[in-house]
Amino acid sequence: MTDELMDFREALAKYDPVLGLEVHVELNTNSKMFCGCSTEFGAEPNTQTCPVCLGLPGSLPVVNGKAVESAMRIGLALGCQIAPWCRFARKNYFYPDMTKDFQTSQYDEPIAFDGSVTIEVDGVEYVIPIERAHMEEDAGKLLHVGGATGRIQGAEYSLIDYNRAGVPLIEIVTKPIRGTREKAPEVAKAYVSFLRDMLRSLGVSDVRMEQGSLRCDANVSLMPRGETELGTRTETKNVNSLRSISEALRYEIQRQAAVLSSGGRIVQETRHWHEDGGYTSPGRNKEQAEDYRYFPEPDLVPIAPSPEWVEALRGTLPEMPSLRTKRLQADWGFTDREFGDIMAGSALDVIEDTVAAGASPASARKWWLTELARRANETGLELTDLAITPVQVAALQKLVEAGTINDKLARQVIEGVLAGEGEPDEVVRSRGLAVVSDSGALEAAVDRAIAADPDAAQKIRDGKVQAAGALIGAVMKEMRGQADAAAVRALLLERLS
Amino acid sequence: MSLTTRSAAELAGLLSRREVSAEEVTAAHLDRIAAVDGDVHAFLYVDGDRALSLAKTIDARRAAGEKLGPLAGVPVGVKDVFTYAGAPTTCGSRILEGWIPPYTSTIVQRLLDGGMIPLGKTNMDEFAMGSSTENSGYGATHNPWDLDRIPGGSGGGSAAALAAYEAPLTVGSDTGGSIRQPASVTGTVGIKPTYGGTSRYGLVAMASSLDTPGPCGRTVLDAALLHEAIAGYDARDSTSIDAPVPDVVGAASSADVRGMRIGVVRELGGEGYAPGVEQRFDEAVALLQDAGAEVVEVSCPHFEYALAAYYLIMPSEVSSNLARFDAMRYGLRIGDDGTRSAEEVMALTRGQGFGDEVKRRIIIGTYALSSGYYDAYYGSAQKVRTLITRDFDKAFEVADVLVSPTTPTTAFRMGERVDDPLSMYKADLCTIPSNLAGNCAGSFPVGLAPEDGLPVGFQVMAPPLADDRLYRVGAALERLLPNQLGALGALPGSLAAKEAVR
Repeated sequence: MTDELMDFREALAKYDPVLGLEVHVELNTNSKMFCGCSTEFGAEPNTQTCPVCLGLPGSLPVVNGKAVESAMRIGLALGCQIAPWCRFARKNYFYPDMTKDFQTSQYDEPIAFDGSVTIEVDGVEYVIPIERAHMEEDAGKLLHVGGATGRIQGAEYSLIDYNRAGVPLIEIVTKPIRGTREKAPEVAKAYVSFLRDMLRSLGVSDVRMEQGSLRCDANVSLMPRGETELGTRTETKNVNSLRSISEALRYEIQRQAAVLSSGGRIVQETRHWHEDGGYTSPGRNKEQAEDYRYFPEPDLVPIAPSPEWVEALRGTLPEMPSLRTKRLQADWGFTDREFGDIMAGSALDVIEDTVAAGASPASARKWWLTELARRANETGLELTDLAITPVQVAALQKLVEAGTINDKLARQVIEGVLAGEGEPDEVVRSRGLAVVSDSGALEAAVDRAIAADPDAAQKIRDGKVQAAGALIGAVMKEMRGQADAAAVRALLLERLS
Repeated sequence: MSLTTRSAAELAGLLSRREVSAEEVTAAHLDRIAAVDGDVHAFLYVDGDRALSLAKTIDARRAAGEKLGPLAGVPVGVKDVFTYAGAPTTCGSRILEGWIPPYTSTIVQRLLDGGMIPLGKTNMDEFAMGSSTENSGYGATHNPWDLDRIPGGSGGGSAAALAAYEAPLTVGSDTGGSIRQPASVTGTVGIKPTYGGTSRYGLVAMASSLDTPGPCGRTVLDAALLHEAIAGYDARDSTSIDAPVPDVVGAASSADVRGMRIGVVRELGGEGYAPGVEQRFDEAVALLQDAGAEVVEVSCPHFEYALAAYYLIMPSEVSSNLARFDAMRYGLRIGDDGTRSAEEVMALTRGQGFGDEVKRRIIIGTYALSSGYYDAYYGSAQKVRTLITRDFDKAFEVADVLVSPTTPTTAFRMGERVDDPLSMYKADLCTIPSNLAGNCAGSFPVGLAPEDGLPVGFQVMAPPLADDRLYRVGAALERLLPNQLGALGALPGSLAAKEAVR
């Protein structure tokens, strides 16, 4: 990394950033865009292919109706108009990951266009104008072997996996986003985060950035403050996490500002984000704009969704995330900060489900953001991938509230559930975790604790109730945690009164 | 009478009455191919063992009393543009040398479902680009009427195989006349069905919006029987039409043209048309009139621009469809010696694997689609296409079918036009409008031109999904012109001479 960078605040004092975000979403349809092959992630290379997605001579595409439906629902959720008539187009270019050496995409007739969404960053609302959402197919995956970087430069050879070739994609393109000033990196991040939540609530995609089912290309250009003419932009790829989006944009703003202020000019190019080093480097130079020679795909017929179909799909839209979050925060009575933690922890859905299963919002929030978040972190899983369900968390909380277990034991119950030992009550039974309610054993332990620490006992007798902590701790230790701390406390105070 | 000179309908009758076995019929045709194809070169690949084995299976099924399709046991040649799992498919191009497709096209599958016996793959101009079969990467096919003349193209192999009695039926594909023009110059019947009436799945694309698979035969009824077997909706082809197949066999049997309005297209004739072609065409029109048809003259003013529009739309689609031949997955690969990049290997392979005509069309199409030129070329051509379709619509208001010569001349000499692409393109002057509009059309033999003794073809065009009308007119001509090519069964021209010497 040798780029000169200007201090971010200084850069913002001189320039206004303008953003443009292109998000590719892999749909979660069972089959590919134009054939019946499975789309499941992680299969052996080239096992999910057929003459159509391999582009064998003579094969022909047939549109996946489910994918069209998903595209229309996404368009509607983005506030777009749905085209009454649109076509696919061929985007022609040679590359080994393209089985036909053209991508079947949409060009000047996207299925959805002209929408907008509103997002919020630090209490300020930003309207993100949406240019279009269109359907296309994914390419195969190249694995470059023998080079130092895993990139094509310096590689000895490359392997191709066409399992991904033909997986349905929706590309969502914003219009230029102006006026975000120093919040530009956070607005971009919040927008993609919003899209992720929205797509998840639509149920149309797995939206896993780390698996590539949600991919963002971040465009940014700078113009001197007060000007209105757009500067030359760069497009940064390989931005594979929400954090990378804001970091890559922040980097590009600082880099471009340094170039411009020293009298240089920005080269229109694709840049590659290096997550490890936190910098971008030049990729393909787009100065000689590639000519994709788009023309309408003659192997497919136009798509003309009836107004009735569009309205029926509109009726299937779930509540939009921004409205939903506002409603849930009010219902649950959390502060902005408490609620912000939930959003940041991607725990909204699981907490909602836990509350629906009978737990209080506070307890649901506590379990998912502490113990369960920790375990998810340790194993690199999403909360939803943990082997415990919201219903089980609610059941666990019921056991706590009934006094069967305490919080400390509950953590062991969680461990048991995650280890596949069954429902929370089964784990309590099989591990013998229930709080000891045998008053004889408890009383004996209390007496031993008093005898072992006469000083503390005397203090309690003198009215210094806070000294009870040490004795309670001793009892709990002896009982190996399987006692109700409140009951121990009551017993102690009774003995020493 | 030898088995190879029988019509498909006759063979079907012999087979169903078990007077002859499918194995005998197949073996007779394989023998015939072995005897004459050295001169004709209609076949690129003869699938002899599999054909005989399929024939035995059909015989066994028939012996078991199974109900079979009307053409079960009848051999058929397949243009090398259709995939047939296990048989090499080259499209006449070196770039596909050695490729054996792992899947079978819908057309070939329907042949197999109907119990027909694919004999092998017939020669063609490379990727169906040409009107003489001289553009094949594997050597030209010769016209059995005169071995020094072209058999038409691109489907010269399929037409010559019929004329040389190597197969009673063949399937072809027609993008600008590739079924009809070869039929015309070999004295056979070739039909381009309505676009969408026959499935393109497994037909290696030349120009997707124009390509149409269709039947070829020596008689009108044979073509109709094959048409019925291969046509109809296919969910694998999005442009396939979900409608019943018109009753083409009934039409071929009735041959009744009384009251039919026959429109002679004013623009398709005159200067550039050989006198013998015009003479035989006029005679045929007169015969139809005598048989009770009403003859009217129609004008299709935009046909004049058809060739120009075609040579923009077709190459544009070609430039995209032929991109996939990049040496990465199948076929030829040149220069992969570990020192070259993928891009260099792609360029070398395409440079050596494609012939001149293919390259010419890729270059034209790439140019026509490029930004800044798209509207002027591809865009304008699409507008012309719409105008041509409207010309047809208007003409079909006053006529049930339109007629013209199929091609302006009889078979020209080999080598005569190879260095003059424009004169080669003109062979498709009369056939291209129907591809642009997507309606159906067919070519039927109407005798020999007096000046050179070579076959003349008569084109009939009908509205979309009115394919039966083609057969009605074709069958009428067949009856009105008995023995127009000499009795069916006699060998055509030069091949006969050659055999006599042998």
